[in-house]
Amino acid sequence: MPGMASPAPASPSTVENSTSNAVSIKDFAFAPSTTTVKAGTTVTWTNQDQDPHTVTSTGSGGPLRSPTLQQGQSYRYTFNTPGHYDYLCTIHPFMTATVTVTP
Amino acid sequence: MTEDDHSPEGMTRRQLLRHTAWFGAAVVLTVAGGEVISRVAGPGEALADDDPNALRFVQVSDSHLGFKGSANTAVEASFSRALGQINALGRRPDFVMHTGDLTHLSTAAQFDQVRQMMSTLDTGYTFTVPGEHDSIDDAGQKYRKIFGAGTAGDGWYSFDVKGVHFIALVNTLNLEKLGHLGPDQLEFVRKDVAKLGSDTPIVVFSHIPLFAMYPAWGWGTDDAAQALSYLRRFSSVTCLNGHVHQLFTKTEGNITFHSATTTAYPLPQPGTRPAPTPVTLPAGKLADALGIREVTYRAGQPGLAVKDVKLA
Repeated sequence: MPGMASPAPASPSTVENSTSNAVSIKDFAFAPSTTTVKAGTTVTWTNQDQDPHTVTSTGSGGPLRSPTLQQGQSYRYTFNTPGHYDYLCTIHPFMTATVTVTP
Repeated sequence: MTEDDHSPEGMTRRQLLRHTAWFGAAVVLTVAGGEVISRVAGPGEALADDDPNALRFVQVSDSHLGFKGSANTAVEASFSRALGQINALGRRPDFVMHTGDLTHLSTAAQFDQVRQMMSTLDTGYTFTVPGEHDSIDDAGQKYRKIFGAGTAGDGWYSFDVKGVHFIALVNTLNLEKLGHLGPDQLEFVRKDVAKLGSDTPIVVFSHIPLFAMYPAWGWGTDDAAQALSYLRRFSSVTCLNGHVHQLFTKTEGNITFHSATTTAYPLPQPGTRPAPTPVTLPAGKLADALGIREVTYRAGQPGLAVKDVKLA
């Protein structure tokens, strides 16, 4: 399993430009729904809803596979390979979003 | 799969031999405001109630054990009431099918609680199909460990009771927003029905609807058309699903779809809210939105009777 849940924040990443590496999970939606980062960036998702959510790659075989995130918990994944990464919340699969990783 | 741990296949063939005179099933429903409120009219209903040879089964769905929220602060108690209602029906159902979202968060404790609660049912067999809430972090491994005995692939199976062929499908794994069956399961369906006569009544269970109830919220299955294509030659096909937490019925040619309600909490009607999130009803109104479904079928009668009953 490539990603691990980490309730405690690790080293704060530097946001160098307009692209964000933080995704909030709030009101049953991923915000922003489209995130663009450079390869090597760690993206952090934080659940701000009272309801639990997951961050899980769409379909089978994708890299994102968070455990159930309770309110306040985060999940981090470092994207090393450029491409489009679609994901959803398996508890509420109408919640969908994408990470685009550029070289 | 069942308390008795009998093979559904074994039951099937015996029953199939006993009941050879089947007619195509047709559902007659009373629909008001888009909700099914009653069932087959006419003399068949009373006869079926009195006929020990009639097929009788119950569908429950979306118990969501472990849910914590204002929409229902006691989902365990609601599910317990539903099970008690089934046990008080007056005639023991041939089986009870739970069409998924047994648990809310797929924890081992929640699965164990569902298993123990369903073991109190007075019925010949209990069956389940998984919902997406039963496979949120492990592609259904914990679900199959408890409920997957005797199933094929990722948990699908079929069985026969009293001349009716039942297919239980899994469309909550490998989600791509919509439900998904996948090529292995589609092939299972094709082979499963290939040997059946076209006058065999077919009932298909799944968690997510096999029809496009509201794709914007994921209420549909992206490759269901392929599965249904194998069922077009049959005179009667009835698809029973959960997931949407509300009653809805639709007929497409020979296939009738019935979405069941839940024992836990209502979801909004399609498009009436930004997202399908739990609806908190005014005090005292919750039980009216919850319920169980009784289905009866009697050889020689033209109708498969689907009756949705509010939680008592």
